[in-house]
Amino acid sequence: MNDHLHKAVDAIQSRFGASLHQYAGEVTLILGREHILEAAQALRDEFQFEMMVDETAVDYWPQQEPRFHVVYQLYSMSHNVLLRLRVPLDGNAPHVETMEKIYPGVNWKEREIWDMFGIHFDGHSDLRRILMPHDWQGHPLRKDYPLGYEEVQFTFNQQAIDETKPYAKE
Amino acid sequence: MGLEQKTGNMGVVTTTLEQVINWSRTYSMWPMLFGLACCAIEMMAAQASNYDMSRFGMELMRPSPRQSDLMIVAGRVTRKMAPVLRKLYDQMPDPKWVIAMGDCASCGGVFNNYAVVQGVDEVVPVDIYVSGCPPRPEGLLHGVMTLHEKIKRERLKDWK
Amino acid sequence: MPDIREVSVDELRHLVSDRAMTGETMLLNMGPQHPSTHGVLRLLLELDGEIVINCIPDIGFLHTGVEKNMEAKTYQKAEVMTDRLDYLNPMGNNLVFCLAVEKLVDLDVPPRAQALRVILAELQRISSHLVWIGTSSLDLAAMSVFLYAMREREMILDVFELVSGQRMMTTYIRPGGLWRDVPAEFEPAVDEVLAILPKRIDEYERMLTTNELFLDRTQGIGVISTEQCRQYALTGPVIRATGLAYDLRKARPYSGYEQYNFEVPTQAAGDVYARYLVRVEEMRQSLKIIRQALDKLPGGPVRSDNRKFVPPPRSEIGVSMEALIHHFKLWTEGFNAPAEYVYAAVESPRGELGVYLEGDGGPKPYRIHYNTPSFANLQAMPIMTRNHFIADVVGIIGSIDIVLGDADR
Repeated sequence: MNDHLHKAVDAIQSRFGASLHQYAGEVTLILGREHILEAAQALRDEFQFEMMVDETAVDYWPQQEPRFHVVYQLYSMSHNVLLRLRVPLDGNAPHVETMEKIYPGVNWKEREIWDMFGIHFDGHSDLRRILMPHDWQGHPLRKDYPLGYEEVQFTFNQQAIDETKPYAKE
Repeated sequence: MGLEQKTGNMGVVTTTLEQVINWSRTYSMWPMLFGLACCAIEMMAAQASNYDMSRFGMELMRPSPRQSDLMIVAGRVTRKMAPVLRKLYDQMPDPKWVIAMGDCASCGGVFNNYAVVQGVDEVVPVDIYVSGCPPRPEGLLHGVMTLHEKIKRERLKDWK
Repeated sequence: MPDIREVSVDELRHLVSDRAMTGETMLLNMGPQHPSTHGVLRLLLELDGEIVINCIPDIGFLHTGVEKNMEAKTYQKAEVMTDRLDYLNPMGNNLVFCLAVEKLVDLDVPPRAQALRVILAELQRISSHLVWIGTSSLDLAAMSVFLYAMREREMILDVFELVSGQRMMTTYIRPGGLWRDVPAEFEPAVDEVLAILPKRIDEYERMLTTNELFLDRTQGIGVISTEQCRQYALTGPVIRATGLAYDLRKARPYSGYEQYNFEVPTQAAGDVYARYLVRVEEMRQSLKIIRQALDKLPGGPVRSDNRKFVPPPRSEIGVSMEALIHHFKLWTEGFNAPAEYVYAAVESPRGELGVYLEGDGGPKPYRIHYNTPSFANLQAMPIMTRNHFIADVVGIIGSIDIVLGDADR
């Protein structure tokens, strides 16, 4: 960890009570949902983390508390350091405040997380489905959503599958 | 047919009506630009100078379905795209043919999940399947030539 | 099958201006099937006459569910799906996946493999830029550039076929190194590419760079500033054309890029013409990197020796019991990765391509997320197309260089 990253990590830990996790040279801070917006604001304004490179989510079903982790990847161009923030959320009606006011580029990424996981972002300007059709039911990347696997045709089940497959007529 | 009998002893090269029409349909087929994913790049490579598809009369790739005969579905068709595909197919005038290019269009390919339609024949009726991921441009040309042979075998009563 | 009646104006009311409600401006659908949208991209344009007031992109027509599908396969099988994401840069997709896996399980890569990875990634960059220059010029009605660019691209695809057997979706870069060593004809083939390409790139420049029609259609169009690029996390040639020399190969080098001597081209204008110049110069710099890598190519193995993750060569299986057991375990069960998470990124021809990979102690990835440049870059479409003519929209899409497989995953 270089000096600048060390300063930023210490500040976030002392102000918001974040826990630190390091692996393979990467630094992660885990903090609560209520602090994430202030932490991001502080990181952008005081520590020059100008870019939010990535925002994604992970589902830990069947564990319900917490079920989701929202992962933010921040990058400081002036100091060339990467930092990751994780916010655990619980399973029923997960919601977190939107990062859009601080980093406008996460607009579509939060739409994608809403589409794929069902995590609601409070205050988002335009939260609707982006990758799936607009009237799709369900959130595909959740672990309790099935893969939608179609059985592979081999010689022994070829007839059976052919009969049930919805081939197009003219 | 009457035309044959009349022109038979005039020394004109006689041929059946079916052969003439099938021949003209084959050699002036205009494909519709329906490149979706990676197979579209190989379709573009087949159209470019190394493997030239203009030799088969497919010089122009018309983006408009009203002006094309052949739809080469090149790439994976997702559930969001399937209604669009059907609508474009319906807008094409008869006679029309469909080539399912690549594994994803033929059977879903590598992707066996909620988002990809497992074979474009669930959406439109397909004449020729070309396999490969992506098929080489020569594979696509072989598919096109097989379609030509299929059309040349068509009979009067099969025409729509 | 759902009806094609898509989102109506009511649902988009918050995105379009008030004048659309009264019918003063027109909502035009530049639909998913369009020759100039470079794939299945749907743009809803709000037009005042011919001027674009607002542009709302609608993506998802190529959403393949790769992230969920890869959770159901082991790491080796999942790599096959990575080629097909950004289909103009399959080597790059493989590379970033392998970098993430190697970081996760702490696997070493021998130097010969690193040098070869650099050569293949740079060849892939040139091939992707050739498709870009061909298709974007085709949109601006310069058709001959398309045919010339595809002709050069065939030479590069021949090299890929020589090395792996496949023209595009090679899956040649595997965790631990490469699949197998390059044959003896590799170096002469790459030498031929390096000899022919510089003159051809000069030919494209002669056709386009000082061409008055091209200049009229590209200068001052689609301008974006560095600050906006930083806010929207745009990377790649888009941000380099605004003046900031941000390239992952220099900032966070991977696979031995720090050994090679090359420049990062930048321009200051931030418009379509600047992006064109940046990409053409990038092609030349790639040739420089390949020349250096080829000259310094070290000998040695091309794949790591760590048999817990890398299958042994066939010759060893016949004589060693451990090799047979490793082969069996790796191909049936796969290797186990710790329950940690990593992020690895490379510089793809479009920008920063990153992978967030999380393992769970088992043989399958628990969560893999691709942070793709086209998804981020496409967000800037409304900013770039505001108050432009509808004919310029086509040029702007071409200049951002999006690949819909990359954006939709």
